[in-house]
Amino acid sequence: MFRSRLTTGVALAAVTGLTLTACAGGTDAAETGAEGGGDVTITYTNFISNGGNEENLATIVEAFEEENPGITVDVTTMPYADYSTALKTDLAGGTASDVFDIEFADYEGYQQNGVLAPLEGADTSAYQESLAEAYATDGTQYALPSSFSNVVLYYNADLFDAAGLDYPDADWTWADEKAAAEKLTDADAGVFGDYQPISFHEFYKTVDQAGGSFLTEDGSAAAFNSPEGLEAARWLVEKSGTVMPTAEQGAGTPDFDTTLFTDGKLAMWHTGIWMFGALADASFAWDIAVEPGDERQASAMFSNGVAVSAGSENVEAAQRWAEFLTSSEVMVDTRLESGWELPPVADEDRLAPYLEQGDPENRQAVFDSLESVALAPSIGEKQAEMQDIVTEELTEAAAGRQSVEEALASAEERVNALLG
Amino acid sequence: MATPTLTRLRPQAPSPAAGAPRPRARRVRYALTVVAFLLPSAVPLALFTVYPMIGALWTSLHEWNLLSDMRWVGLGNYAELLQDPETHRAFGNTLYYIAGYLPIVYVGGLFLALALNAAIPGRNLLRGVYFLPVVTSWIVVAIVWRWLLNPSNGVVNHVLGLLGLDGPGWWTDPTWAMPSIILASAWKDLGFVMIILLAGLQLIPEELYEAATLDGAGWWRRHVSVTLPLLSPTTFFVLVISLINGFQVFDQVYAMTGGGPAGASTVVVQQIYDLTFRYGSAGMASALSWLLFALVMLVTLVQIRGQRRWVHYA
Repeated sequence: MFRSRLTTGVALAAVTGLTLTACAGGTDAAETGAEGGGDVTITYTNFISNGGNEENLATIVEAFEEENPGITVDVTTMPYADYSTALKTDLAGGTASDVFDIEFADYEGYQQNGVLAPLEGADTSAYQESLAEAYATDGTQYALPSSFSNVVLYYNADLFDAAGLDYPDADWTWADEKAAAEKLTDADAGVFGDYQPISFHEFYKTVDQAGGSFLTEDGSAAAFNSPEGLEAARWLVEKSGTVMPTAEQGAGTPDFDTTLFTDGKLAMWHTGIWMFGALADASFAWDIAVEPGDERQASAMFSNGVAVSAGSENVEAAQRWAEFLTSSEVMVDTRLESGWELPPVADEDRLAPYLEQGDPENRQAVFDSLESVALAPSIGEKQAEMQDIVTEELTEAAAGRQSVEEALASAEERVNALLG
Repeated sequence: MATPTLTRLRPQAPSPAAGAPRPRARRVRYALTVVAFLLPSAVPLALFTVYPMIGALWTSLHEWNLLSDMRWVGLGNYAELLQDPETHRAFGNTLYYIAGYLPIVYVGGLFLALALNAAIPGRNLLRGVYFLPVVTSWIVVAIVWRWLLNPSNGVVNHVLGLLGLDGPGWWTDPTWAMPSIILASAWKDLGFVMIILLAGLQLIPEELYEAATLDGAGWWRRHVSVTLPLLSPTTFFVLVISLINGFQVFDQVYAMTGGGPAGASTVVVQQIYDLTFRYGSAGMASALSWLLFALVMLVTLVQIRGQRRWVHYA
């Protein structure tokens, strides 16, 4: 598809010849790809706009095309769940787009396999330093941060009011959350007090909150089968069937928790700030707070990036788009206005409008959460397998088919086998 | 069905007509005719089946994550798979699936075929109705069955509840995940088996039943002594096809349980998928594909040899 589009582009350029060259004059766009200047079309495959932000992405694309006559961006949007499979298949088959999204967790694997083009001369001063560094290897930038986000505690203020309870705040601990969740759960009315996925991503974070760590310091073995790890696992697992729906009741299926919360049947919900937009039309009052900790506070942070394919025939135009997508004014404005994930910009003053927008009121919690971040343990190639193992063992414990002790012992053994 | 047509093309005796081509030329022409008829299926088969199979054989001798360069490991992948407990479990789950699925679709399909072979009102409509699931997308069927078998608000458990029974967790429970998949698969494929058997039933001459009736055979005796033996070639076909399909079960597993919970419904093809696309072990996945192919080939050969004992060609 890419080739045929390119051919069309070249043919068009040949037909309209000088006119286009004249149009493109003044900017140095579109000098790669088509011989003697002319139009280039670059392809961009993404998951970040899927599920509600497609139009926001289109706004950024339009602004880019206006500023770079001669470059057209052809966007393909895919659901997150299928994205990684499709990208790997495309890379293996040599049909990957010029520019594509990656998650930070996958960056190292792609970089090591040589599928990312080095982004020579990318101006990284525009980005938050830590985010830019996350996508650099040996001093060379191989991708650019496109956004970051974190997980906070959402709560339904109406349910708290009805129960006469204080709203969660940054001083809350697990004990406070538990006490409130028990009071807010009303099985007869189908109302649950709390929802936190029983998964790898919640587990490494709660182990940190309990004061432990997921891997040993040198990353050579699992360290979660510890008193802190057991406490964290119990914290998650024991919610199921008490203050939180069980898997049989639907927990863990796509959109189940979103529906529960938007239906007003969930008092507290651990999820990412990317849900702001989906809750815009909620019929009840809601807000967010920094996630409660135990020994200490620790919040999950996620970051997405965009990379240029090493196989791209339009590296220069592709990089231009990648930079625009991640650092332009239009991008910052669009993201802030729509409540999409946060722009990765260095200048924090530019984020100020974000705090003023309301819905939720306490947007400061998003930034407060960043003060103590639990970084996801990363083991390279076997990452997906490790995540699946941890999620599976904890899910079995939550279903009551094994004890928490058995789950962690088994997970430890299997994760160590991957590392060994 | 193709055989008689082709035999008729074969030169039976030299034609006495003047100017007839010599036998050798006729043989060449015959061979060309055969080749021409085979091409439309042989070319895609070679391109999209044989070539990828050879490619997979080559891949299976390497370590490869789809992105890196391939690294030669010889038979290392096979050696590792043969002692890997997850591989054993995947084959075990696949056999469990076949053991549950095959009897249900065959007996159920036979029962339906017998019922709809009889002159009952509306039988064409019913044949169509039972065939409908066969032409429905597996993804749609899987989603519908997930609803039906939803442990907390699905129709099946609701009905069981009305009968005073406490329905199981179905696809959320490791014990019931495979039965859930078998149930959905049997429901979907029943119509296919029915149509094939129905065609077989219609080849059985009516006179045989009349003769059997005159000899005093009842309904049961007629079917055991006439229907089953004369249906045996069709039965053989159904068994071979269903068994091969059974070994390759994937869509419904992927869409209903994704192989879970805790790997309880991970069949071989699901394992191949996970190894390739989730765990970056395309070499291992290719080796597993070849192990599966070898097993299917072996089972099919045994079936073909065994058929002499029980399949009667009229």
